[in-house]
Amino acid sequence: MCEDAFCKIILIDMYVRRPMQYVGLHFYFKGDYDMEDKKPIIHLEKLGKEFKTSNGPIKALDDITLDIMEGEIFGIIGLSGAGKSTLVRCINYLEIPTEGDVFFEGKPLSKMREQEIQGVRRSMGMIFQQFNLLAQRNVLKNVCFPLELIGTPKKEAEDKARKLLEMVGLGDREKAYPSQLSGGQKQRVAIARALATDPKVLLCDEATSALDPNTTKSILELLKTINKNMGVTVIVITHEMAVIEAICDRVAIIDKSHIAEQGSVGEIFSNPKSKIGRQLIMGDQVHVRDFGGPTTRMVRIIFDGRASSEPVLANMILACKAPVNIMYAATKDINGTAMGQMIIQLPKDEVEEKRMINYLNSAKIPYEEVTENDL
Amino acid sequence: MTFDAKTIAMLLEGIWDTLYMVIISSGVSYLLGIPLGILLVVTDEDGIKPFPVFQKILGLIINLLRSVPFIILLLLMLPVTRMIVGTLIGSKAVIPPLVVSATPYIARMVESSFREVDAGVIEAAKSMGATTGQIVWKVLLPEAKPSLLVGAAISITTILGYTTMAGFVGGGGLGAIAINNGYYRYELGIMIVTVVLLIVIVQIIQEIFMRISKATDRRSR
Repeated sequence: MCEDAFCKIILIDMYVRRPMQYVGLHFYFKGDYDMEDKKPIIHLEKLGKEFKTSNGPIKALDDITLDIMEGEIFGIIGLSGAGKSTLVRCINYLEIPTEGDVFFEGKPLSKMREQEIQGVRRSMGMIFQQFNLLAQRNVLKNVCFPLELIGTPKKEAEDKARKLLEMVGLGDREKAYPSQLSGGQKQRVAIARALATDPKVLLCDEATSALDPNTTKSILELLKTINKNMGVTVIVITHEMAVIEAICDRVAIIDKSHIAEQGSVGEIFSNPKSKIGRQLIMGDQVHVRDFGGPTTRMVRIIFDGRASSEPVLANMILACKAPVNIMYAATKDINGTAMGQMIIQLPKDEVEEKRMINYLNSAKIPYEEVTENDL
Repeated sequence: MTFDAKTIAMLLEGIWDTLYMVIISSGVSYLLGIPLGILLVVTDEDGIKPFPVFQKILGLIINLLRSVPFIILLLLMLPVTRMIVGTLIGSKAVIPPLVVSATPYIARMVESSFREVDAGVIEAAKSMGATTGQIVWKVLLPEAKPSLLVGAAISITTILGYTTMAGFVGGGGLGAIAINNGYYRYELGIMIVTVVLLIVIVQIIQEIFMRISKATDRRSR
């Protein structure tokens, strides 16, 4: 993602708007600002999946429409049970959707015969939370496995597997069996295996959820490198916002079988529009206490790279000569730009409150009004 | 009750007959049981190629065969046995009923071994575009190998137990000696010796298969 484009859009956005429009929800980006020249490699069209259970049908996915662009790292985040694992399995037809369609490079999977679908699956590598390595095969043979399936000569397959193992940093462990490896090493083998057939897409289903924070970091870096150097489109399924933050270009938030919102990571992080988005980004840290008396207005101030270097709040308090109550504050580093937000409670006094709103408007600091329900 | 050369020769022949019945019937039963076990797993409701109606019927037939006591099966199958091996006497005549009895048992043992294979690994193979045949050959069989070997130890010793009933239909083996010489002729010594020999054979079979299973299992190191 290009930082400049990112900042420029914030600035343009601020200039073209009249200040008053910031009251309410009006801080937006045009989704794929640096993806315009790329075409979607995967398109999901009104995808739905219903499971029949003994307690009646359960809708795991409903009306999912998504574009995943060639060469990007796309994140799909949601709480457990939101339907994200079902979604990723629909993308390679491990689960067959009951509604809508999946298009891979423009071709609908629903119209394909089984053999063609097997071909599509070979163009999409997949890695899993539990690694799913073959326990009775050594590391080298595990990486050779997908090549064996397509009848690659043994020598050729082994040469390729060795190269891939070198790339994931396990060149010296080819004779080891999965049970002798650590979790991070197992995931590296799984990544090498997923890349053996030169896929265009890599599906990662909670690939770092079973790993400790340091290992997670190194695996994410590896995924980023693969994306950059090999041009593989990466789709990351996770319940951890930190994973999205670390590597994704764009993100879709799945909640209760639906897409709650989608857009660039910068946009979603700086200004989550859905309740679930706010929950995921802020975690459980926001607690509203009743301070007694009538509830006063609360606003969320959004910082972009520029504003976070200025003492915005201190300036405002000095200028308005009134105190504010900070309910929540956080800054995150999104691809090198400091994105932050802060929820403040405005003074009860109406005049002071108005003065603050005017100050925010005149200082061109993006903000939105929030209610207790949003927290 | 003297262990002269004649008695020893009889016992050696008994050991040979027992091993002959066990090896042939185990071999044939496994040849039939493994594919049946694969079918049971693959066509299961949440198997690789679901075909629940077929799976249920196959399961029912297997359960029916398993419900018939071996000694009854031995008698019921007399005409079939005569047709297949051409005789109703001797160790050979015990093999067809042994196979019919052991095959459904083995099919269930094999099925349970395959079910132990991690569903995630099968899913991974599917995600790489593996066909059903490839999943069976390259994932199910090799991944279930240690468990299949442990199952084989259990199945083969069970078959060994069945062979001892061969004596009732004029078959040979250690079981027949125990009954004819030991029980009917009150030769307690012979009875004890044959039972001890059977225990030793069971121990050897069990040990061999467990050791191979352990030595080739790559999960525990």
